[in-house]
Amino acid sequence: MIIDARGVHYRELNERIREAVVGGARELKLTNVVGQRYIGDGLRGDVRIEIDGVAGNDLGAFMDGPTIVVNGNAQDHVANTMNDGKIVVRGDAGDVLGYGMRGGKLFIKGDVGYRIGIHMKSYLSKVPVLVIGGCARDFFGEYMAGGIIVLLGLNSNGRGLVGNYLGTGMHGGTIYLRSCPESYQLGKEVAALDLDDSDCEILSNLVEEFARDLDMDASEILNANFTKIAPVSTRPYGKLYAY
Amino acid sequence: MYTLLQPDFRIKRDEERCIRCGVCVRQCAFDVHSVDTDDGSIRSDESKCVACQRCETLCPTRALTLEENYHVANENYNWTGGVLKNIWKQAETGGVLLTGMGNPRPYRIYWDHLVLNASQVTNPSIDPLREPMELRTYLGSKPDSVEVVKENGSLKLKTKLAPQLRLDAPFLFSAMSLGAIGYNVQEAMARAATEMGIYWNTGEGGLHKDLYKYGKNTIVQVASGRFGVYKDYLDAAAAVEIKIGQGAKPGIGGHLPGEKVGDLVSMTRMIPAGTDALSPAPHHDIYSIEDLSQLIYSLKEATEYTKPVSVKIAAVHNVAAIASGIVRAGADIVAIDGIRGGTGAAPTMIRDNVGIPIELAIAAVDQRLRDEGIRNRASILAAGGFRSSADIIKAIALGADAVYLGTAALVAMGCHVCQKCYTGKCNWGIATQDPYLERRLNPDIAAERLSNLIHAWSHEIMEMLGGMGINAIESLRGNRLHLRGVGLSKTELDILGVRHAGAS
Repeated sequence: MIIDARGVHYRELNERIREAVVGGARELKLTNVVGQRYIGDGLRGDVRIEIDGVAGNDLGAFMDGPTIVVNGNAQDHVANTMNDGKIVVRGDAGDVLGYGMRGGKLFIKGDVGYRIGIHMKSYLSKVPVLVIGGCARDFFGEYMAGGIIVLLGLNSNGRGLVGNYLGTGMHGGTIYLRSCPESYQLGKEVAALDLDDSDCEILSNLVEEFARDLDMDASEILNANFTKIAPVSTRPYGKLYAY
Repeated sequence: MYTLLQPDFRIKRDEERCIRCGVCVRQCAFDVHSVDTDDGSIRSDESKCVACQRCETLCPTRALTLEENYHVANENYNWTGGVLKNIWKQAETGGVLLTGMGNPRPYRIYWDHLVLNASQVTNPSIDPLREPMELRTYLGSKPDSVEVVKENGSLKLKTKLAPQLRLDAPFLFSAMSLGAIGYNVQEAMARAATEMGIYWNTGEGGLHKDLYKYGKNTIVQVASGRFGVYKDYLDAAAAVEIKIGQGAKPGIGGHLPGEKVGDLVSMTRMIPAGTDALSPAPHHDIYSIEDLSQLIYSLKEATEYTKPVSVKIAAVHNVAAIASGIVRAGADIVAIDGIRGGTGAAPTMIRDNVGIPIELAIAAVDQRLRDEGIRNRASILAAGGFRSSADIIKAIALGADAVYLGTAALVAMGCHVCQKCYTGKCNWGIATQDPYLERRLNPDIAAERLSNLIHAWSHEIMEMLGGMGINAIESLRGNRLHLRGVGLSKTELDILGVRHAGAS
């Protein structure tokens, strides 16, 4: 089923998407998307949505199951508090991706902005995953409480892979960087570590899936030195107070 | 390092009355009382006492008396005993002072300087025992105008109304999270709210599956930590509240200490047990009114525009302008929490020094929204230390649509305001996740106590309304002519929009 989004307000567009999913659609294609917000917001169901154009803010917010593929760029707040499902962006994406994410996967082929993966969390088998092909800016993984983020920095052309305040306030989860950050870039609550065997297995599985979805070469991506960023304490502010 | 701190309280045990039954020993989670193995007598280590009065209340022979320990002989107006103790505590630990409950400092409580009107001779008062009296309140956005059409001889509303919360009385139980308080307390509030036709608020710690059945009377919160927020949670609720700020700690986030993150809290918040549950100070997706609007509409989209969305902020200096922005951002309800609002944990200096009194905030926000012609677009919910039905009716006359009750609800269930919620050792079984302590709060009894309080306050409000010759709370809302100030300056009266007593 194809929905032409040209000139359609987000509210109507999302109503039509919900109607189509309730009506049993398994494959949806949205064409001419020009920044309409909230696509797939709170959506459930076994449906794959392909978007031609630029997906607007809050793509897949609160989403719980569907798969979304964006043939283009996405704006801010992709996968905000997403619970389950998968979002693949073939271009770049903006700020605050995967905020409070609880499950599912978010793959971005290109670069991303600031405040990525803030307060991602996990519980038992629910582990959200964020893989970014390009570079990211400051406050990456801030307050992270769980989940996995992989930052590959492909085609970084000598630019830094990531900005400052990396993992500030982080108290759970893992970040894998395809480089070694300078110590001044790290938040006070994290340490840069070497990968062990289980890290390597997790990483290679994720990179292979990422490469498959985005038609890239996994072995080439994996042929580099990675660093693991992990919290030094699950209670970073436990000693802040006078009881 | 030896401590310079003397105990805050003195425990007097009447040895003639004490039967050495050990109730006090078992009841105190702070381990104040212990049995002397030599002679079987009971000793008390006063340095650990927080004056929650659990032992005093449950002692079967009333053998225990708690007193404040006035030990600082050199106390003066500037260097009070409390100030000295704080400095000693910090000199010994290097830590930030932590506390619980609402601001105890003697900032002016305007409710105590506002008096209500009543009818005499020229207009009759109404007796609520004999005549119908309406406390029903609807929270949500109201249209600028309504269009009515005649169909088959009867009138029908043509205007499509925004979703509303229907309250049988203008109260709600404040947001208090599972984590800050125990499961039984939430269950008691949920049941009382359901019985009384009002609402309770989950706070930001998610909603336990067993409480989903009270969803029709539940407001769920979405805060910066996004704990427990997903589709089922949003679907279960009657309304969704975005928590930006809290009166007890404006401008800062929340740290639920790892001690309070047990299996239950771990499950509802989706974080591993024993880790700190950190709510960052800002929502990192909200740096402007436009960003706020985006979250409001992403929640409306997720709930398909079927539920009102509230935005809760702390009352701060610019509260009126901020509230205006919140209404323009699309919120259906603006919840404002004043400087006396309570908390499960906050840095003492923040709780005691940041924010403004709720009375001034209500008046300022109501007036600003009226001046801008947008008052109808959102309801105003006031919070922050409401102590009685009189405070509440005055808040409504000032312009609030309804009020949140937090501390008052906890007190109704047994809280003695010892301000030690952050320790997780609440002997009354309220602000704790310890199963042994939690069992002390029986949800049946606590729900009944809450329902009784709502019933009593509702009736008192009806009596006061009737006295003013008003038979519906709606007619009092924002009707400041029914208030007069006593002992207030011109500036205060101007902000409150109230005349001084004696002025006609």
